[in-house]
Amino acid sequence: MSAREKILATCTANKPALVDLPQLSDEYLTHYDDKIAQFKLVLEGIGGKVIALENTEQVKEEIAKHQQLGDFVVDTIFSHDAALKTQTSFDLERVDRAYLQATLGVAENGSVWLYEAQMGNRLLPFICQHLFIVLAKATLVDNMYQAYQKLSITETGFGVFIAGPSKTADIEQSLVIGAHGARSLTVYLV
Amino acid sequence: MSNLKTLDHAAAAEIFIKDEARTDWHDDTLWFVRQKRDKAVHGIAEWEQLREWASQIKNHTLSNLDNYLTAFEQQAQANGIKIHWAADALEHNQLMHKILKENKISRIVKSKSMLTEECHLNDYLKKQGIEVVDTDLGERIVQLRDEAPSHIVLPAIHLKKQDVSETFHEHLQTEEGNNDPQYLTEAARQHLRDHFIQSELAITGVNFAIAETGGFVVCTNEGNADMGAHTAKIHVACMGIEKIIPKTEHLSVFLRLLARSATGQPITTYSSHFQKPRPGQEMHIIIVDNGRTKQLGRADFRNSLKCIRCAACFNTCPVYRRSGGHSYHTAVAGPIGSILNPNLDMKANADLPFASTLCGSCSNVCPVKIDIHEQLWKWRQVIVEEGYVKPEKKIAMKGMAWLFSHPRIYRWAGKSGRWFLRTMPFLGNNKLNVWYKQREMPEVPKQSFHDWYQQNKNK
Repeated sequence: MSAREKILATCTANKPALVDLPQLSDEYLTHYDDKIAQFKLVLEGIGGKVIALENTEQVKEEIAKHQQLGDFVVDTIFSHDAALKTQTSFDLERVDRAYLQATLGVAENGSVWLYEAQMGNRLLPFICQHLFIVLAKATLVDNMYQAYQKLSITETGFGVFIAGPSKTADIEQSLVIGAHGARSLTVYLV
Repeated sequence: MSNLKTLDHAAAAEIFIKDEARTDWHDDTLWFVRQKRDKAVHGIAEWEQLREWASQIKNHTLSNLDNYLTAFEQQAQANGIKIHWAADALEHNQLMHKILKENKISRIVKSKSMLTEECHLNDYLKKQGIEVVDTDLGERIVQLRDEAPSHIVLPAIHLKKQDVSETFHEHLQTEEGNNDPQYLTEAARQHLRDHFIQSELAITGVNFAIAETGGFVVCTNEGNADMGAHTAKIHVACMGIEKIIPKTEHLSVFLRLLARSATGQPITTYSSHFQKPRPGQEMHIIIVDNGRTKQLGRADFRNSLKCIRCAACFNTCPVYRRSGGHSYHTAVAGPIGSILNPNLDMKANADLPFASTLCGSCSNVCPVKIDIHEQLWKWRQVIVEEGYVKPEKKIAMKGMAWLFSHPRIYRWAGKSGRWFLRTMPFLGNNKLNVWYKQREMPEVPKQSFHDWYQQNKNK
């Protein structure tokens, strides 16, 4: 018997009688009067920056400024580079700043969701030194339950919730920002 | 399966606590993590509702595990992921070795996977001449020191920054005596970036595998799983059969519980949802049993399979905090390890269910409501029944049971015991009496409660 058959047969033989699956519901969950304030509070508490903007003009200017300064900037919001998708770690390891649009933000935990298409390249949000996210205020949801109701996970090959910069406390529980991923995360709320 | 055991828990703990200052520090540090957990939990009004849902979802999943596993397999294959099945640790390691050999891989990075620790994958591959680079900072530290992780979430929690500094000075040529965690972490970042960028194959664990979609979720704070998985041309994810959850929406319960229980964070920095390999990439999943189906058949112990590996039970455990993870001589230490490991090897792990005060704090903090302390107590009974306790303990317990069931002799023994301890205290205060270790024997009352009651009941 193959390992597969053996495992499945033993599961069938050893599993207990079927018990019901609970019905999840948003009515039991916390909703926030001010989702923007909650999102900002939580994200700043875990090392992220939140900046409210009237429109994205300022972000465009910032991108242009850093490009002029000679920084390696990748922007998938205002421009499209077909080559980005196939770039490798050797190309992307020099990226100083990445600007990406997120689908939604979660007030309860300060995270933002990105689909693969918004990243341009799966590696980009992780390998860049500094990550900048543009998020529409109107997309903020209260909690993870609402977030999954809005997302279509199967429509993408890869997606991620990102909450703050990369971090570790593996040395004596001392918090250090910038473990392997981005050293900073800024969310522009528009 | 090889076992890390050289000493039993009590003997190893005795060595650990010799350094009193370090033991206190270990105790305080883990209690600090427990307090961060409490703070995060108290911020969520619906916490108990989430625990109840999580527990019910896991109970349901275990009661239909065969069907969910096949549904997951089918969906994942439709998404272009290759599925492998391993009955035990050796098969898991052999499958991994086969993938490495067939693709002529030499540069391998691995993010945290307690399953690969349980299977001793690194040791297995090392014997075949293959080196795996662990990329979680804590895991890299212990790997460079040729040690095992001492905690499933905080692998290097038994070490002080001076220890890390010495290790990095030796292996990564950092400045001697520079103990700054910021500096040391930066050195590891640069060192591991080179490994990531050149990696050909990335191994990751799996936090949750979704039957409905065939996708899986990996949670990290450092970003190391993603750095490897999105760089390498092959991604191999390793999961135990119990990682399955039925639907995507169930993630909304587990992702809210996991990080809060583990470290007090609202969510891990990265919760990565893998659905399909990227164009040109190969993605494999190895689904491992290694004793889990057997545990599923043990009615008293099956709900240990609900565990999501948050380690809240470690951080709260008074025994874990003051004995250190290595005393448990297994990949998963702490209270949850003490109810999982006797299933894998009852004889080698017979000491573990006794490494507990049965205070129940583990069960109280468990986000999926595993009755950990009750299972510890039940394992003790099974282990005694199967004859895996030391003869001294067995004889003492049998003697006590006999004494307690003979009231007259019990009263006589109490009286004479009190007389002996008053007049000849050295009979109790000596090295042969394990109760005297690190304690004074209590002052002996003149009278037993029984005698006092007889005298006073009619007053």
